[in-house]
Amino acid sequence: MRVLYFAWLREKIGLGEEVLAPPPDVTTPRALIAWLRQRGSGYVAAFASEDLIRAAVDQEFCSLDAPLGAAAEIAFFPPVTGG
Amino acid sequence: MRRVCVQEADFDATTELGRLSAEAGGVSSFIGVVRGQAAGRQLAALRLEHYPGMTEKALTQLADTAITRWALTGCTIIHRVGRLAPGQNIVLVATASQHRAAALAATAFLIDQLKTNAPFWKAEEFADGTVEWVAARESDNTAASGWS
Repeated sequence: MRVLYFAWLREKIGLGEEVLAPPPDVTTPRALIAWLRQRGSGYVAAFASEDLIRAAVDQEFCSLDAPLGAAAEIAFFPPVTGG
Repeated sequence: MRRVCVQEADFDATTELGRLSAEAGGVSSFIGVVRGQAAGRQLAALRLEHYPGMTEKALTQLADTAITRWALTGCTIIHRVGRLAPGQNIVLVATASQHRAAALAATAFLIDQLKTNAPFWKAEEFADGTVEWVAARESDNTAASGWS
């Protein structure tokens, strides 16, 4: 699974993307966040406030509780600020 | 005609509006520009980051939604990314239709949706060297959800 980070999440984690193989009980973005937090202090800082985290699964916006299914790509980022 | 671009380069509004006028009774447009200051502080530049791949998909979906909903004869969205100085263009939304109401409404819809439904993130680079990520505004969410 390809995991991408944008904006200040990318800065706090220290990388923009990585390929990971989370365990089978990681079935939602929220569960993936909990698993990622175990990977180090940068992840803990980036995911400190879940209210500020948005996600996309296979390049579609989704809630943190959406099923990951067989997703190939998941992205985490702050609320968007385009336009 | 649908035209969606995500690019570092500037756009030429006259050229873009000209592309839309062929089959239209009217063309409506909005151009977003980098402000010179934020919260009373002098801005050196705006940095725009995006999610390559998803951005183009999201903008295409928004354009298609507007084309269908307002029976547009044309729709152009050009969003710049990278480092932009005050006064530079950020985004162009332009729509064309047989009558003015559809193009005006579709342009307003697209600008509202761009704020909340496309994966862009802005960071403000201030004259004193500090850089701060722009926080999303609740008023933008209210404006975007008002169209559904």
